[in-house]
Amino acid sequence: MNIILGDELGETVIKVKNVGMEFNLSAEKVDNLKEYIIKLLKRELLYQEFWALKNISFEVEKGDRVGIIGLNGAGKSTLLKIISGVMKPTEGTVKTKGRLVPLLELGAGFDSNYTGRENIFLNGAILGYSKEFLREKYDEIVEFSEIGKFIDVPIKNYSSGMRARLGFSIATMVEPDLLILDEVLSVGDAKFRKKSQKRITSLFDKGITVLYVSHSIDQVKELCNRAIWLEKGRIKMQGDVEEVCNAYDES
Amino acid sequence: MILVDKFQHRFILNFNKYKYLLSELVKRDIKIKYRRSVLGILWSFLQPLLSMIVLTIVFSTLFGGRIENYPVYLLSGRLVYEFYSGGSKTAMNSIKSNAAIIKKVYVPKYMYTLGSVLSSFVTFGISLIVLFVVMIATQANFTIYIALAVIPLILLFMFTLGAGLLLATVSVFFRDMEHLYGIFLTLLMYGSAIFYPIEIIPDNYRFLFELNPIFVIITLFRDSFYYGTMFPLKPLLYATFTSVIILIMGIYFFYHYQDKFILYI
Repeated sequence: MNIILGDELGETVIKVKNVGMEFNLSAEKVDNLKEYIIKLLKRELLYQEFWALKNISFEVEKGDRVGIIGLNGAGKSTLLKIISGVMKPTEGTVKTKGRLVPLLELGAGFDSNYTGRENIFLNGAILGYSKEFLREKYDEIVEFSEIGKFIDVPIKNYSSGMRARLGFSIATMVEPDLLILDEVLSVGDAKFRKKSQKRITSLFDKGITVLYVSHSIDQVKELCNRAIWLEKGRIKMQGDVEEVCNAYDES
Repeated sequence: MILVDKFQHRFILNFNKYKYLLSELVKRDIKIKYRRSVLGILWSFLQPLLSMIVLTIVFSTLFGGRIENYPVYLLSGRLVYEFYSGGSKTAMNSIKSNAAIIKKVYVPKYMYTLGSVLSSFVTFGISLIVLFVVMIATQANFTIYIALAVIPLILLFMFTLGAGLLLATVSVFFRDMEHLYGIFLTLLMYGSAIFYPIEIIPDNYRFLFELNPIFVIITLFRDSFYYGTMFPLKPLLYATFTSVIILIMGIYFFYHYQDKFILYI
């Protein structure tokens, strides 16, 4: 699959090999020492294993736009978290190359007591940008976010739309090599949504690699050229977006 | 084709990439602490100063005969203890309080813990000014040995960071550690000879103090600031030994368990 694309660009950006992720599904979570000791003494410490992902292997070439589809609980978000490095898989390896920008939850790293201006630098630092870079891009970020004079107001006084707009502007200010999207294409009001979609599309046109998780098959078909179908933590099918999406639709 | 394995800790490379984040985290802690308080950074001076005044009034008649220049004696012990307790407490919560972002974006997790210890250290550095002011006001002796205070301060930082990493790890898995540790800190305060002379402790219990690394670091700190003498070798070696051990243990446990944090926060 995708041999032609691979040969054209010739670079593997993501390499996922035999990845498995195991969670402990015990009925109640023991999160304090007191309970832990009591349960240990009573021999009630249950351990029920559950593999959220198992035997996941795929490669993504530079410029590929891969949609990940599947029902709720199929392991899509877990997979994205593993690829973005937030979670470490129980088994298998993940290798990525280049700058990775996760657009998972916009503004997750905002400090609500900080002003918009300060948060640009803090959030940018969390995403791994340098001070010089942020200084240089600062005006552009503010302008794109349309925060205007509120930039010196603490974020706690922002509306959720303003927060999302600022988060989106910071995250997409660079040209990432690898963009991870988890259904965040709907940011703010209709006007901003259009603008943000335009920005994402322009990033796409520049040939960045994208991983996109969505429930909307139409959107996946529109944006992606490849798809991976996850079912119960396993890859059910992967390959050309039309083929996979059609098969998924029929099931 | 060179693929960078992000799970392989290329420590230096990673540290360089995120050192700007570290400075931003420290800056945030300090800025937020003083934001929207009228007195701002003055609190850092006022708080130790006021408690020094109160404790001096209360205890100087009791211990004054044995301790010359009680305010300096008290303050030199208290500042060291305050840094340890404050730094280790915020370090303990550093993973939990940054949970939202840890779940979303990959950042080396020790950055949050290191950042909180560093910002406590900066506050501590500011409050050292109070010590100097009080020393001038009480006409204390300034000796060349004050420069040597750098050594116990480095040891203190290492010890606090090590303890902070250990506590951060443990408290992710056991939420009630926070309360237990609060009790421990109170005991530690009474057990570190901060506001009383060590001489009032009976000889057969003295060894307990000599085993307490915080007390030992306080004595080293007092040797340079208060007594103006060279450190005796034994406590210096003991403090170095415990600080290095705790730091190694902290790093080891943190690294060993950090991949599981995400499942518990």
